[in-house]
Amino acid sequence: MKVTAQPADTTLTLFLDGELDASSAVVLDTELNKPELLKFKKVLIDCQKLSYISSAGLGVFISHLQRLQDSNVKLVFYNMQEKVFNVFEILGLDSLMTIVPTEKEAQAA
Amino acid sequence: MKDSLRIHCSRQNLQQVRDFVRGFLITAQRSDMVVNQVVLAVDEVVANFIIHANGEDATQFLDLLLVLTNQQLDIEIEDHGSTLFLPAGKVPTPDLRAYIQQGRKGGMGMALVSRIMDRVEFFERNSHTVCHLSKVLA
Repeated sequence: MKVTAQPADTTLTLFLDGELDASSAVVLDTELNKPELLKFKKVLIDCQKLSYISSAGLGVFISHLQRLQDSNVKLVFYNMQEKVFNVFEILGLDSLMTIVPTEKEAQAA
Repeated sequence: MKDSLRIHCSRQNLQQVRDFVRGFLITAQRSDMVVNQVVLAVDEVVANFIIHANGEDATQFLDLLLVLTNQQLDIEIEDHGSTLFLPAGKVPTPDLRAYIQQGRKGGMGMALVSRIMDRVEFFERNSHTVCHLSKVLA
């Protein structure tokens, strides 16, 4: 799992590349734990190259969501592969998180 | 059609487990969505065995057996560690709104397995824990 951060004005985009599991989730957790994250208004998660997610990966997002909301930072996922979106759907997380099809919609969310 | 794999109890081996299950089901010409769901279910159970039952002790090992008979997929994961690990099989979906408020990281793995597989059972055999997963594939 590779995480690349790209800041632009008030938005930080994290590009995920690879498989997010119990072994690699710590990489993403470290990125989302950075205090400077709370300076942005929006954190976009580009999932185009995210080919797999397990409960450990879902858990990283869930564990940071309230902290981000409390700091008025919006977390938005986009470009998600159907099989990855399906994992969010299985537990009903698609209705608790903001997941949109395209970058344009993510920027507007 | 059947295949087996032995892995040592390290998180680093989860990728090998997923590749093994993917390869088996792709050979059986199953859809990408079904393959990913079954891979996920096996990954979750194996991760629990590695982390919770064996404390990531890489001297311990697990045996996986996949058997596909027509549409019926049976998966057996045997933990050769010395500690019995017998969680509930099927579990309900947790209150995820509460998890978000609490900032919880864990507690969703077996809920995913329960939603994906038709049957989920943990039992003891020869002083070892065995997990049996089964599903009729579409």
